Amino acid sequence: MSARDEILARVRAATADVTTPVGPRGATPVVEETSPGPGRTLDLFAENVADYRAEVLRVPADEVASVLASALRGRGLGSVVVPSGLDEGWRAALAEVVTVVGEGDAGSAANLDRVDAVVTASAVGIASTGTIVLDHGPDQGRRELTLVPDTHVCVIRADQVVHDVPEAVNRLGGEPHRGRPLTWVSGPSATSDIELQRVEGVHGPRTLVVVLAE
Amino acid sequence: MSTLPVQQTSPTFVGMPSFPEAAREALAKTQQRDNLRNATHTIRAKRAAVVAEVPEWESLRVAGADAKDEALTHLGDYLEQLEASLTANGATVHWARDADEANAIVVEIARAKGVDEVVKVKSMATQEIELNEALEAAGIAAWETDLAELIVQLFGDRPSHILVPAIHRNRTEIRDVFLREMAKVGRPAPEDLTDEPARLAEAARLHLREKFLRARVAVSGANFAVADTGTLVVVESEGNGRMCLTLPETLISVVGIEKVLPTWDDLAPMLQLLPRSSTGERMNPYTTMWSGVHDGDGPQEVHVVLLDNGRSHVLADTVGRQALRCIRCSACLNVCPVYERTGGHAYGSVYPGPIGAVLNPQLRGTASEVDQSLPYASSLCGACFDACPVRINIPELLVELRGAVAEQGGHRAESAAMKAAAWVLSDPRRLAVAQRGATTAGRLVGDRTVRRVPGLGAWTDARDVPTPPKETFRQWWARERGES
Repeated sequence: MSARDEILARVRAATADVTTPVGPRGATPVVEETSPGPGRTLDLFAENVADYRAEVLRVPADEVASVLASALRGRGLGSVVVPSGLDEGWRAALAEVVTVVGEGDAGSAANLDRVDAVVTASAVGIASTGTIVLDHGPDQGRRELTLVPDTHVCVIRADQVVHDVPEAVNRLGGEPHRGRPLTWVSGPSATSDIELQRVEGVHGPRTLVVVLAE
Repeated sequence: MSTLPVQQTSPTFVGMPSFPEAAREALAKTQQRDNLRNATHTIRAKRAAVVAEVPEWESLRVAGADAKDEALTHLGDYLEQLEASLTANGATVHWARDADEANAIVVEIARAKGVDEVVKVKSMATQEIELNEALEAAGIAAWETDLAELIVQLFGDRPSHILVPAIHRNRTEIRDVFLREMAKVGRPAPEDLTDEPARLAEAARLHLREKFLRARVAVSGANFAVADTGTLVVVESEGNGRMCLTLPETLISVVGIEKVLPTWDDLAPMLQLLPRSSTGERMNPYTTMWSGVHDGDGPQEVHVVLLDNGRSHVLADTVGRQALRCIRCSACLNVCPVYERTGGHAYGSVYPGPIGAVLNPQLRGTASEVDQSLPYASSLCGACFDACPVRINIPELLVELRGAVAEQGGHRAESAAMKAAAWVLSDPRRLAVAQRGATTAGRLVGDRTVRRVPGLGAWTDARDVPTPPKETFRQWWARERGES
């Protein structure tokens, strides 16, 4: 008997006592927090993102381009990689202050390792946990773009921020996110492995800047 | 519950002494006890704070347990569904009855790729099957990339905690091992390395980055495997997981069959329960979800090895199967008064603490000394059950397992002692005689703690008996009140 058939046979024998049908479950409590209002949800989002020691910039939507440019210049960064579908206006503003590398020209991960920063849009934000979810669509780029460079500047629109995790899971399970690879980011990379002392920045970007466009 | 070994794991833990023996040794390590106390209390407090933020935490636990129960009670159906969705997403699915079979599958894939190294994401399943040793035997180096796992690997050590495996080591030891060992396996640690955690993390970043950028094959586990969408989920903090899951051309994930979740929506309770229970954060820094092969993004060859290795045996026990709900958060370790004092090594397995005390004897059977003793490595205080995000009733399982061990004739001295105690306690005159005997002994031993009572070895080996009083309550009563 193949390993597959044997494991399935063992599992079915082990659950022979089960009489409930597969699929429908009794009343499972759906645990969702209710948003106290859109404004409060955005405040909570900003508060929780900042709590991870990420920087949060709340700006009007039409100022995003200039804020991005000054965020990079202000950190003394010389180069930035951008996804192929990034907003043209943002890209142009960045090109005025730093060297912009397009996603298609980024090459291997080793090349990306020499780029200072990455600027992307995002898919969903979660207020109750301070999380940004990337679905790596055209305005966010393939996964290694937001992984290898040491600084990630990420723009999220107010309408992309949901209140809690169940709302986010629900949204991500539908179009256009369904089936895409997802990266959930809550603050910069961190470790507490040495004497439980928190150190920000191990392998992922050590600096995370979140631009909340309202 | 069977007494035969049901899980074929490589024999590293064979010869492991029983828990009380190992615990006695662990208790003598003062530094380790300090570290553990600090770690368990710190994480415990963080967990309590973020759990308190969720008003419906108890309902959330019910939802989490419910999702796992649905998957486990219909595991055959969900495994077939998972296989079908993974395959539709371009992944190759393999099945492994035991550790040897899983290891052989991984070795064969790595060999076919012609590599002599793989990078690894921290994974309990691959530790359980001792994959690193199997790869090494095949001439393939397995680099652990989680900082704590790297530390453990450089020491040639064993993990002592599920979440923070190197918690038994302090910063100076870590600096020394980095300076001594990193150069032997790759980029050396900077010569002026200090024992500042930030500097140590930086050294690990540089050491591992070279390996991430070079590696062609990665090995991971998965925290969850969603049946209806064919999605695997890895929850982590450092970004080493993202590196392994994204950069290499080939990804092999070893996934225990109990990791299945029925539907995408079941991620909602799980992603709330796991980070808050585990690291005491609202959310862990990074979670990666992938559904097979994604065109032009990440590994273009994706393998999933579905591992049984004793799990179907655990599933057959209608009470015991709840242990398979475990999501490896380690909350039960951090609240356990026994774990806090002995640390993880005494449990003789990659699964330490309360969950290890139930899972190991279930997975491996109760044939060995250590597995017979593990169900007794608990005071049955119940803190683990309260902390468990998926409501595993660990004390109930411990009592069940104790029954199984006693029935198979293990811990004979203990049952003899219990029978003797029953005989004494059932008659007031016998009790009075026994108590007078004890006070005589008390006067003889003075203030010393009684560590061993002749004839009751197995019982008193593991328990220090308080010095008996010089007078029993009955004697005091008779003296003070004149009648007995």
